[in-house]
Amino acid sequence: MADGADKTPLSFQDMILTLHNYWSARGCAILQPYDMRVGAGTFHPATTLRSLGPEPWNVAYVQPSRRPTDGRYGENPNRLQHYYQYQVILKPSPADLQEQYLGSLAAIGIDPLLHDIRFVEDDWESPTLGAWGLGWEVWCDGMEVTQFTYFQQMGGFDCKPVAGELTYGLERLAMYIQNVDNVYDLRFSDAVGDVPAVSYGDVFLENERQFSKWNFEVADTDTLFAGFKAAEEECKRAIAANVPLAAYDQAIEASHLFNLLQARGVISVQERANYMARVRDLAKGSCKAWIDSQSGRWTEKYPGWTL
Amino acid sequence: MTDFLLELRSEEIPARMQAGARAELEKLFRAQLSAAGLEAGELTIWSTPRRLALIAKGLPEATAAVSEELKGPRSSAPPQALEGFLRKTGLTQEQIEDRDGVYFAVIDKPGRATAEVLAEAIPAIVRAFAWPKSMRWGKESASSESLRWVRPLSGIVAIFGEELIQCEVSGISAGFATRGHRFHCPGEITIGSASDYAEKLRACHVIVDHEERQAIIRDGAAKVAADAGLTLVEDEGLVIENAGLTEWPVPLLGRFDEAFLEVPPEVIQLTARVNQKYFVVQSSNGKLANGFVCTANIDAVDGGKEVVAGNQKVLAARLSDARFFWEQDLAHSLESYLPKLESMLLYEGMGSLREKAERISTLAGWIAEQYFPERDPDTARRAGLLAKADLATGMVGEFPELQGVMGGYYAERGGEKPGTVSALNQQYIAAVEGCIPACVALADRIDTLTLFFARNIKPTGSRDPFALRRAALQTIQTVLVNGTRLNLKRLVEKSHEIAKGNTSIAEHIEVSDGAALSADLLDFFADRLKVQQREAGVRHDLIDAVFALGGEDDLVRLLARVKALQAFMATEDGTNLLAGYKRAANILKQVGEVSGTAATTPPTDADAALLAALDTAEPAASDAVSEERFTDAMAALASLRAPIDAFFDGVMVNDPDEAVRAWRLGLLARFTGAVHGVADFSKIEG
Repeated sequence: MADGADKTPLSFQDMILTLHNYWSARGCAILQPYDMRVGAGTFHPATTLRSLGPEPWNVAYVQPSRRPTDGRYGENPNRLQHYYQYQVILKPSPADLQEQYLGSLAAIGIDPLLHDIRFVEDDWESPTLGAWGLGWEVWCDGMEVTQFTYFQQMGGFDCKPVAGELTYGLERLAMYIQNVDNVYDLRFSDAVGDVPAVSYGDVFLENERQFSKWNFEVADTDTLFAGFKAAEEECKRAIAANVPLAAYDQAIEASHLFNLLQARGVISVQERANYMARVRDLAKGSCKAWIDSQSGRWTEKYPGWTL
Repeated sequence: MTDFLLELRSEEIPARMQAGARAELEKLFRAQLSAAGLEAGELTIWSTPRRLALIAKGLPEATAAVSEELKGPRSSAPPQALEGFLRKTGLTQEQIEDRDGVYFAVIDKPGRATAEVLAEAIPAIVRAFAWPKSMRWGKESASSESLRWVRPLSGIVAIFGEELIQCEVSGISAGFATRGHRFHCPGEITIGSASDYAEKLRACHVIVDHEERQAIIRDGAAKVAADAGLTLVEDEGLVIENAGLTEWPVPLLGRFDEAFLEVPPEVIQLTARVNQKYFVVQSSNGKLANGFVCTANIDAVDGGKEVVAGNQKVLAARLSDARFFWEQDLAHSLESYLPKLESMLLYEGMGSLREKAERISTLAGWIAEQYFPERDPDTARRAGLLAKADLATGMVGEFPELQGVMGGYYAERGGEKPGTVSALNQQYIAAVEGCIPACVALADRIDTLTLFFARNIKPTGSRDPFALRRAALQTIQTVLVNGTRLNLKRLVEKSHEIAKGNTSIAEHIEVSDGAALSADLLDFFADRLKVQQREAGVRHDLIDAVFALGGEDDLVRLLARVKALQAFMATEDGTNLLAGYKRAANILKQVGEVSGTAATTPPTDADAALLAALDTAEPAASDAVSEERFTDAMAALASLRAPIDAFFDGVMVNDPDEAVRAWRLGLLARFTGAVHGVADFSKIEG
């Protein structure tokens, strides 16, 4: 298909490996997913905290992302409560970021003279992270395949210098490349000898069924509320104890518990804004504590740098 | 005379900002040149997603030399004054002139090369450029002072004649090189001058003229639709947006499964337009067809087959989402969404949407009972109750723009009466037609106005965050389009009473007197009516002249009177009568209290004639007004014109005889009184 009929399109895992190789060859450290439940790759401290400060930072990683309200019990061909994002952070943003990005699309088999690639305005904002940036959603034949952002602020602080963030929706991209209409039909891995191929459904269909049920129907809301409160307290304690990385973990935890409470439908419209403000305070507080803990080193290493 | 080309290349500029950017570029360029004493003359400004271009035709090679004369201190002034003047002008004492005891400096400014002016102007333009939103990027962004642009600025071409204008902004130096189409022609291309710019780009798959791209999309989209026997639904906003997203636009026709057409056409059109920027198409019967037109940015090697296939897939996914909402929503009655409105809050202290639904229902029923001959208060109440229910449906949650429209569909499917369906469907448009729809729309808007005014939250200046002016305007439009005869004052008072009965709101109400609130709102309506009627050519002073009589809150009757008055004021009788009225009013104003005893009989024939005319005109005008025959009322006033003119021509009001004077003043007071019975002429201009 995309790269000519003679080539079989990449499997899901080969697409990830191709991206790893591509960004590794451009100087990125290939990190592993963060070991906590998060809603997007942006929450990984390698993005949130490391986009602050003057130090160069070039990383790429896959981040499993959980969006409890998007669960559809495995019955919707496009919607999942758990999916993968491929995240690239380049700080400072290189002058040829767009070209590098387009190169990565070519590497996974998208020919821009056969497919219509477009950069469509989409300003990114994360109210829970106190972050915003300008950029685009990248369209491939009308489908959004990547969020492309120049971070301007994180945790309420100016990004100096600005980091470029690329967030690929891996399942969508794979569905496009493999030309399948149902996410569960994706080839996750290819057969090798006697070892059969694995489909995305083999790996995740049952997860979607069970987690959709748990997110929407089973999760104990008292426990979630208590967990939110505990994470909030612990975050504040960690900030006070000057361990911002640990504090930030608790901010992520609170954020995810809030998402679960939303899925359980127990947060009213008026309470919603209040909860979001509380999560934002935790995230901002953690960012501030991180900056405070590092700024001495930063100003020493980068004379003239100011917050 | 030499042409100048400027190209500012950047990463993709949002489509919606390009028109503003062209205007900004023109404004800044003209300002820079004019500050240097150059006239910019004819400018051509183009935009694509990746570049802003400006061509200035026929600039001179240099600015004209100017001689500036500065006046300095008197030569007798203390030496410090002279020193200051020399410092300011940079001259020595020998170079300045003493003219009759005052120092003058003559500073000759030689002409500057235009190239030099441009080299300074370009960085200044880039730095001063105002974008709706701008950003920092790259290494330089380590400093807060780094350049801001809409997206990273990537290159500058600046050529005067065939010469490069040497300049630099934030590490970007102007050059001859630009880039062609991102995919068709990714390498550098060299521009020679303004004259070959557009054609060189065209050869590299970039149509730099946005209007040309718009025409390609407009005509091309119509053609691909027509080739398939379909008609394009024109949408100029989409034409401009797609032209702002492409450098080489190629309209392509795609199809979707006919089964999706069961979803309301508004939904299909909205998701296609807003989410995907596609045009929709109709079949020959004027109904939405299962096709769309997307605009690619490439001349695809396979003729666009893959592009169309991809876009079809995306639209199909979107439409199946929409159909999911449609089917989910239809699985429940509209009424069953009411409990969900309880958690949807209006402005703080104004209760929930559920409570609002209740108030709209009560008020709509009351309006129907009071004012509509059709009298179907039960349907009005029902429609009012359901009016906001669709806000809790999945479809409106996904597409807020479809509020009302979806309510109409769901009400229809649920077997509600046509009046209810129409009321729900129309509730957000300006002039709502029909009995039940009007009852609901009026109830909704009057309730909103009452709640905010009762809290003393009113528009100020240009700030009207709750769109209260629009609510008042739409109330007026709805009343007028239906010719509804209602008393706004009573309506507001009723609405106020209902709001006070709503416990969660009552405690927040600051204006508890219904009459005071309605008086306040009536003034607000009067202002909106003047603005609204100005467009229809109705004079605001005449509206004032009728409103000033007080007690008129029936907009239909008020406007009929105003219109009759305006027709009258356009006649000679009208203008003369106004002159007579003003003269009489002036005299009465100067006199203040009339003293002395009036004569018993008319002193002269002119007096007698005016008296007789008043005896006839006064009751005629008053009867006509009470029977709403306003043209007749004006005719009655017109009959006073000749007698009042003759009176002022023939007699002197301030007669030496006190009794005659008093009689005449009494007559004039009666004359102005008669005129006032029709309108307050003191408010009329002219």
